[in-house]
Amino acid sequence: MSIDLAAIRAEFPLLKRKINGKRLVYVDSAATSQKPQSVLDAMDNYYTTQNANVHRGVYTLAEEATSAFESARARTAKFIGAQDPHELVFTRNATESINLVARTWGYQNLRDGDVVVLTEMEHHANIVPWQMLSAERGIIIRWIPITSDYRLDLSDIDALLDGASLLAVTSMSNVLGTVNDLEKLVAAARSAGAKVLVDACQSIPHDPVDVVAWGADFVAFSGHKMMGPTGIGALWARRELLEEMPPFLGGGEMIRDVRKDGFTMNDVPWKFEAGTPAIAEAIGLGAAVDWLSAVGMENIAEHERALTEYALEQLTSAFGDEITIYGPQTAEGRGSAVSFLFNEIHAHDISQVLDEDGVCVRAGHHCAKPLMRVLGVPATSRASFAIYNTFEDVDALVEALHKAKTFFAR
Amino acid sequence: MPGLEDLYREIILDHYRSPRNRGELPTPPALSAEGFNPLCGDEVVLYLNVDAEGNVTDIKTGGQGCSISQASTSMMGAAVKGKSIAEARQLITAFKALMSIHESKLEGGDATAATEEAIAGVRLGDLEALQGVVKFPVRIKCATLAWNTLTQILDESDSA
Ligand SMILES: Cc1ncc(COP(=O)(O)O)c(C=O)c1O
Repeated sequence: MSIDLAAIRAEFPLLKRKINGKRLVYVDSAATSQKPQSVLDAMDNYYTTQNANVHRGVYTLAEEATSAFESARARTAKFIGAQDPHELVFTRNATESINLVARTWGYQNLRDGDVVVLTEMEHHANIVPWQMLSAERGIIIRWIPITSDYRLDLSDIDALLDGASLLAVTSMSNVLGTVNDLEKLVAAARSAGAKVLVDACQSIPHDPVDVVAWGADFVAFSGHKMMGPTGIGALWARRELLEEMPPFLGGGEMIRDVRKDGFTMNDVPWKFEAGTPAIAEAIGLGAAVDWLSAVGMENIAEHERALTEYALEQLTSAFGDEITIYGPQTAEGRGSAVSFLFNEIHAHDISQVLDEDGVCVRAGHHCAKPLMRVLGVPATSRASFAIYNTFEDVDALVEALHKAKTFFAR
Repeated sequence: MPGLEDLYREIILDHYRSPRNRGELPTPPALSAEGFNPLCGDEVVLYLNVDAEGNVTDIKTGGQGCSISQASTSMMGAAVKGKSIAEARQLITAFKALMSIHESKLEGGDATAATEEAIAGVRLGDLEALQGVVKFPVRIKCATLAWNTLTQILDESDSA
């Protein structure tokens, strides 16, 4: 099946914006995606016709709000292949999801000398919560290194996982674009008796995902990178784990009963959802997964792969040795995030010149400073594509880089 | 709409390409501090030799970052070398005022008398080329990084 790109683009009101009088070329979807009208409408509709708190009232509005909220959970769970909607806990974002695991499961299960294995390509969101646990609990962090072709070096994987309690790994690097071999990683973790947390932030918006087929224990992701709003994310975990984990925050919603001498917990997943949740945002996320499903994740993956292939070709053929691409050099086994250093011009300066032409690329360390240190660079520029990007967007990027080159050569 | 030429003035690119006073000084006797811009990862390292009379006899700079942060570091070093600590502090105040005057003008306000006063009488020289930065608000932090790091050194030496 092929897609109607013009029709898809027309669904994103923001893409009509001009920047400095130029057509907007938004190639920073790995940071956050733009939102289709249906997501904006779903949130608006909730506020204009259904707004009431959830799980509290018996009146019509409250019931409608609750069912819209819970239906969003069920659709989101189904979208990632979860069999049981109650295995999906709503959080603010992937960062909160990972912190939830560290603070609840981690506190319950990890002690002095226990090992958590990370990789050199993790986002700070999947590093710092474990470092905090390390500082407080004395857990040990081991790192899976990367190879010179920007993939995980799995040659010593069994030794690294030996005696480990948890492997926490990204499914796709937000800097390198590398898609990790989860099948191999999960199998290795299983035979070492370690649990597996997958940071799926960069996969869920771009590829068909089935968390059950992954065989992971915990999966974290953010709504805003997958056409949904900010302020909503999720943690999926196997039910038996969620049942055993202690609660995260305390308050309303997460309790069954409270007396002066204590409380009893609500069921999974609500025991992890203290306080009034981000109702409109959850509903927006539900609309986002509906939108992604309607376009079809296979179609999305195919289009983005074509864009990535084209971008890698164009960038290398236009600039040769003047550009260094940090990540797999072909579209094989990688996603659509393309990081690069250009002509020894600092990433900020590139980004500034590109902005003049309405081209939005990310510049900086991409919240992956340990990786930047391994790469030996302080910052890179990163273009990242989504379903609404076109081949002309890639051409505009290349053209703007030509302009940057001329500008800084003066 | 401010143009790129407002930001990337020739003198700025010159300092970026050929930074002045690059290097290190042995600590002690040199005072040293490192500054980071956590948003973008820019780094500045400063080494300062201060004599008994409170004059900056030598300065060396290191670090990595964008043209604005590195040019500002280089220009700052050149401006501060040979000055007294009191003069260096005046320069810091004047430079930061230069950055904020334009910020407040952008927001539709007027430069306050206090910031006008901070600049009056201080010769900023080449540093004035950096005033284009304020038209690009996200880059102001790049320009002020070296100056905040210098403030850090001077404050630490005061309290020592
Ligand atoms: C791989 C990866 N993990 C985690 C995050 C954190 O996402 P959030 O800031 O939405 O919590 C990001 C977002 O930049 C990411 O790319």
